[in-house]
Amino acid sequence: MIAIIDYGVGNLFSLCSSLSSIGAQAVVTSDIETIKSADKLILPGVGAFADAAQKLRESGMDIVVKEQAAAGKDIMGICLGMQLLFEKSFEYGEHEGLGLLKGSVIPMEGTIPENLKIPHIGWNALHFAKPSGLFKYINENDCVYFVHSYYATDCDDSVIATTEYGKEMTAAVELGNIKGCQFHPEKSGKVGLAILKAFCEG
Amino acid sequence: MITKRIIPCLDVKNGRVVKGVNFKGLSDVSSPVELAKYYSDNGADELVFYDITASFEERKLFTDILCEVASRIFIPLTVGGGINTVDDFDRVLKCGADKVSVNSGAIKNPELIREAAERYGNQCVVISADVKRVDGEFHVFAKGGREDTGMEAISWIKRCVDLGAGEAVVNSIDTDGVKKGFDIEMLKAVCDAVNVPVIASGGAGGINDFVDLFREIPDIDAGLAASIFHFGEVAIPDLKRELRKNNITVRL
Repeated sequence: MIAIIDYGVGNLFSLCSSLSSIGAQAVVTSDIETIKSADKLILPGVGAFADAAQKLRESGMDIVVKEQAAAGKDIMGICLGMQLLFEKSFEYGEHEGLGLLKGSVIPMEGTIPENLKIPHIGWNALHFAKPSGLFKYINENDCVYFVHSYYATDCDDSVIATTEYGKEMTAAVELGNIKGCQFHPEKSGKVGLAILKAFCEG
Repeated sequence: MITKRIIPCLDVKNGRVVKGVNFKGLSDVSSPVELAKYYSDNGADELVFYDITASFEERKLFTDILCEVASRIFIPLTVGGGINTVDDFDRVLKCGADKVSVNSGAIKNPELIREAAERYGNQCVVISADVKRVDGEFHVFAKGGREDTGMEAISWIKRCVDLGAGEAVVNSIDTDGVKKGFDIEMLKAVCDAVNVPVIASGGAGGINDFVDLFREIPDIDAGLAASIFHFGEVAIPDLKRELRKNNITVRL
C-alpha cells in the first residue's frame, strides 16, 4: 500500500487516479499508523514552499516523514513535494525544508536567460544523469510535464535526471530510499505512469 | 528544450462532444471520455474541455464527465465555460482539471483572476480571449464572441496576466473557421506584450498552418484546434512529424 501524505495542500485527484490506473493501492492519509504500515510514501505538494513547509510542520507530518525516511522506507516527493526534501528554499525569503537531501531550491528568475518564460510550463525531455530503477521502463529524452518556477540546485549527489530550460535543471533525484520528481508523473502520460509503476514496484 | 504543444479542444454539451467526429476504432465518436483517450494515446499534449451548457443539471453532468476523463487520462486538462466565481474553479479542480480558463467571467469581474490565482496559483488560471479587428484595432469580444466589449485586446490580455493569469489562450474571430491559417499578426502582438505561455487558436486548416505558426512566432507555446482534429483532417502524429522535420521541437 502507498500512503500519500495528507498535510492539507494540493489536489490529489489525478495522483490517486494515476496510481489506481497502474494497479497500485493508495490512500491519502495523515494517520501515523497507516503511514507506518505503508510500503511506500508519496509526498505531494503544489503552491508556495513556505506555506507547504509550515503545514507539514503544523500537521506533525514533517517528523513522521523524517522517521520513516530514517527507517529506510521509500519516499517520493512530487513537484513541491520534491523541493521540500531539500535543506532549504529561497522562494520569497529563506525557508527550511526537511533536509533529507543536500541542496537548496532557488528561483529561475535571474538564473536563466531572460527571454525564457517563467513558470517553466510544458513537456520537456529527461536527460539521465545516473542510472535509476525509476527509469527502468522509460528512455532517455522521453518527455514529462513540468510546472514550476523554482528548482533544486547544489544536489549533485542525488540528481538522477535533468531537463534543459536555459540550463540543465534538476528534474529527478534519488539517494537511497529518498526519491523525487520535479515534474508531474501523474500528468505525464504513459511515461509518467511508467515512472510511478517503477516506484511502486521498486 | 521545452516542446511546442498541440492541443485539441472539445466542446461538450449535454455530456457529449459537439461537432461530429469519425475515427477508426472509436466506438462512440461523441463520448468525451473515448475521444479524450484517443487523443491522449495519439500525441495530444493537453486537452481543453469547454462546457457549453447553461443549466444547473447540465453543469452537473459536465463535472461528472470531467471526473471520468480525469480518472482515465493522465495529461494536463484545461476546463473552460461558465467559470464566473472561485467556486466554479473549485468545482472543476476537484474533478481533476489542472487549469481553468476564464473568458466572459473575467470580463465581468477581472478580480476573479486575482482571487483564483491567489488561491490556486498562477499556473492554474488561464485567460481565454476572443479577439476581432474593429476599425483597425483589436477588440475583446464577450459571450462566445458575440458581443464587442470595446476593450483593446492586447492591453486586456496584459492586464489579465498582471492580475495573475499564468497562460493565455487567444482566439482570433477573424480567422476562426476560415481555415486559412492562424492570425499571425495578432498573436505576435500578444506574445510581444506578455511573458506567459500563449496558446494560438482559430484558423488552422492544415498541417502547414501549424508549421507557419511556430516558424513565424518562435515565442508561441502551443496551437489549439478543434474541427480539423475531430474530423480527422489532421492526425496529430502526422502533424508532429512534420513539425519536427521543420526543426520545431515537439514531443513524439
